[in-house]
Amino acid sequence: MQLRPFLKLASALTIASALAASAASAENIRIGAVAPKTGPLAGGATVTQWPSIQLWVNQVNEAGGLTVDGEKMMIELIEYDDQTNPGETIKAVQRLATQDDAHFIIAPYGTGLNLAAAPLFDRYGYPQIAVSAITDQQADLAAKFPNMFFTLGTTTALAADVVKVLSDMRDAGQMGDKVAMVNVADAFGIELATAAKPLFEEAGFEIVYETSYPLGTQDLSPVIKGAAAAEPDAFVAWSYPPDTFGLTEQAMIEDLDVKAFYTAVATPFPGYGGRFGAAAEGVLGAGGVNPDSPAFQEYAAAHEAVTGNKPDYWASATTYASLEILGQAIEAVGLDREAVSAHLKESTYETILGPISFDENNSNPDFWTVGQWQGGVFKGVASRGRDGTVPVIIKEGWE
Amino acid sequence: MNLTATDIRNLILAAGALGVCALLPLGDNGYWLGLGVTVAMFTVLATSWALFSGPTHYISLATAAFFGVGTYVTGLGIDSLPFWVLVGLAGIIGAVLAALVGLATLRLSGVYFVIFTLGLAELVRQVITWVQNNSGQKGLYVLTDLDEAGIYWWLLGLATAVFLAGWLIGRSRLGFALRIIGDDETVAAHSGINTALAKVMLFMVPGAVAAMTGAILAPRYVYIEPSLAFAPILSFQVVIMALLGGASRLWGPLVGVIPFTILLEVISSNFPNQTTLVIGIAFLVIVYLLPKGFVGLLDKAMIRFNGREGA
Amino acid sequence: MDILITGLLLGGTYALIAMGLNLQYGVARIMNLANGEILVAGGYFAFIAYSAAQLSPLLTIFLVAPLAFALNWLIYRIMLQPLVNRAKSRGQLETDSILATFGLSFIGVGLMLSFFGGDYFSYSFMAVPVELLGNTYGANRVVSFVMAVLICGALYIWLNRSRAGLSIRAIATAPSSARLVGIDVKHLSALAFALGGAVTAVGGALISTYLTLDASTGVVFTLKALIIVIMGGVGDVRGTIVAALLLGILETVVASLLDPGLTLAAAYVMFLGILLFRPQGLFGKKTT
Repeated sequence: MQLRPFLKLASALTIASALAASAASAENIRIGAVAPKTGPLAGGATVTQWPSIQLWVNQVNEAGGLTVDGEKMMIELIEYDDQTNPGETIKAVQRLATQDDAHFIIAPYGTGLNLAAAPLFDRYGYPQIAVSAITDQQADLAAKFPNMFFTLGTTTALAADVVKVLSDMRDAGQMGDKVAMVNVADAFGIELATAAKPLFEEAGFEIVYETSYPLGTQDLSPVIKGAAAAEPDAFVAWSYPPDTFGLTEQAMIEDLDVKAFYTAVATPFPGYGGRFGAAAEGVLGAGGVNPDSPAFQEYAAAHEAVTGNKPDYWASATTYASLEILGQAIEAVGLDREAVSAHLKESTYETILGPISFDENNSNPDFWTVGQWQGGVFKGVASRGRDGTVPVIIKEGWE
Repeated sequence: MNLTATDIRNLILAAGALGVCALLPLGDNGYWLGLGVTVAMFTVLATSWALFSGPTHYISLATAAFFGVGTYVTGLGIDSLPFWVLVGLAGIIGAVLAALVGLATLRLSGVYFVIFTLGLAELVRQVITWVQNNSGQKGLYVLTDLDEAGIYWWLLGLATAVFLAGWLIGRSRLGFALRIIGDDETVAAHSGINTALAKVMLFMVPGAVAAMTGAILAPRYVYIEPSLAFAPILSFQVVIMALLGGASRLWGPLVGVIPFTILLEVISSNFPNQTTLVIGIAFLVIVYLLPKGFVGLLDKAMIRFNGREGA
Repeated sequence: MDILITGLLLGGTYALIAMGLNLQYGVARIMNLANGEILVAGGYFAFIAYSAAQLSPLLTIFLVAPLAFALNWLIYRIMLQPLVNRAKSRGQLETDSILATFGLSFIGVGLMLSFFGGDYFSYSFMAVPVELLGNTYGANRVVSFVMAVLICGALYIWLNRSRAGLSIRAIATAPSSARLVGIDVKHLSALAFALGGAVTAVGGALISTYLTLDASTGVVFTLKALIIVIMGGVGDVRGTIVAALLLGILETVVASLLDPGLTLAAAYVMFLGILLFRPQGLFGKKTT
């Protein structure tokens, strides 16, 4: 009978799940994590999300665990791959909450997946310290999901600070007021471009070239050629990872002559500096950190030692900080999720980014917005309330 | 309408089963309900897909296109229109879109239709993103009070409608015509059947249903992104579940959806780091060991059972 | 002129993506949904060879090709031959192979993920400008275009001149009659499938010099390849080349003159248009 192998597989799976369940012992803190390991967002999550989680769990357990009510408790991490599919994220959060009895769940990766999970975090009363969810709807969302917290900033802040960096350069006489602005035609790119356009116009910039391109465009040379033909002083791209690389390479090939060159997501990735080397010098990008702060340097060294890879210069550190916050809140009030959420709203936490506290919209008001590759390191050049910004340099060629 | 005793018995059984399903949210409001939503969603999609593809043998990969359109209808209209209007509107738009596509393409045969429908999802997505980009439309947030249970009941209602429609089509002249088309299109044309019209009308069913499913599920996703709303993987999942179940029976897809959803769930909870790999292997096992889907397996079991009884 | 050359270069990329699938689908009758994973694997290989040993992708392809050939030959013999044997009709084989290769593509993603991780892999290779007729182009794209021309040319000559090639074309046109005239269909189908896989992997290695890939991106290339193959006509090398070039030029024209946001939409409109007026593809033969 042909059914037998199938039954065997099924029984093997049942045994495997039973073993997994019995491994969970009483004195551990079960922490769930769900994020893409496959699918379109896997590349970003592999750089930013998973290694920081791994590092944090590793460090906490090395130190003997978290202190809860005077007792040390080790962390047991339960990971799931949501395949960049909101339906899977929802299922995984439900599984973590009801089947695995996770004490806490780390927020998912990406705006869409975080928001798909938000109603469930809310229903089961889990605090959701979202990192890679950049939105202008923080007030509405925090009103609807009172346990949802935001750490990485808003769409408008991200756009406005780019405009500000460029206006400062112009006002200092470093460049003119012609801007070429392009965006990837997906939710993130569209939102940023929509937010940035009126800001550029208000600041007295002339947008000489403006276009969008589809996600997954394989040849971006028409975009760069079109921009070059308009002779802009600055080039701004609200881009996603594959096209951030593609636009930069085309700009090198075309020798795009601008005083400021900005690409958004993935510019702070170590892979970006690694790939473009000296040509990356002066490239502006979304995010940033203070790479000279001892806290960041210590984190980066540990990150490389534990995971084998360097952290990125933006959301990696924020992801880690969000976990530090969670850990400190747990140590302060114990495993009661409601108490942890309440603590999050009131307290200030010491993190590798400096002190973080949440405002009345559950938002962290202090975050990095613009960074720049300088001397092989991506340094923050604009922020809201963060120390250690460095002056912007002019992009001088692609050599 | 002539209902035989068996028909009536089947209808009562189905109504009873539906009643039991409808009680799920009262029993469990979490994990099992979440699985229930997934099962209901794929049941609706796969059954309506099989309504068209079963008799005509056309493999349509357009599910993601209609589904995405549906989520966008809700995403764009949620602030101005009541939810039930949006679901209806999505159904109408889906049906009209399907009719247009059907008129243009249903004379293509075999693999050309497959790839055409695959391209359609991408085309619709590109056009919608482009319009969104150029109209200065900001991100689409669907914040409603509709919870999992509500979504589940909506889907269950839609599933009922789909099964009812399938049952009625099966008994109607259209269903009869479609069976002839499926057997031999030339014969059908010679016996005076308007094959094109019949196929187009039938294609409107999965179009409307997938769009309505998208509209119903939009509140669950909260934030509508084109890359997630139009994910091509959905089209493949639907085809696979329907084929695994067996597209030749009305209830065929259902017996594919349930075991497949459970299997995927078991895999993703037990192999978090190799989910994709194990899904792939499980998939091949099914394809090689169950060439005729679960319907084939059940049929075989029935024959064995009946044979033993007779002996 | 600039638009034309840019379009041709992009067309070369598309030809690399689609040529292998054309062999697999046209001859071996396998609509291989795992094609993109083979392409990404080829790219990975080039990436690793380049970052670990500074080995130029132009040399790596001579390693990639035989490896991919062997791998695909095994896949065909072990996984797909049984499906071909059990299929009663062309339609059933199509359904079965869609299901089976869909599973294979998952396995491919899963394997790459566990071996290489999910990170993006990108490196800079020949990202220097080349001047052609007064305009600048990426040297890596130009090189890969030249390679595409060489590969397609070699395939075309081989299919039209050699005995094995002629037999393969015979199978593509009429599989059942080919058997009657003493052609070993099984053996040659495996050969064509393996060759298709090798071409795809080499294409992946070349493409990785200018596109950023990760373990999950294969499906993007599979979809594109399917569209090009169908548009050009199944089982005809010329059709795929023409379709790839047309697509490249069209996308570049739309991006340069109209709006880059509409490139993919335009590509699909062209694809759908061609299907409506020539369902068998540009160079396909009518099957009646």
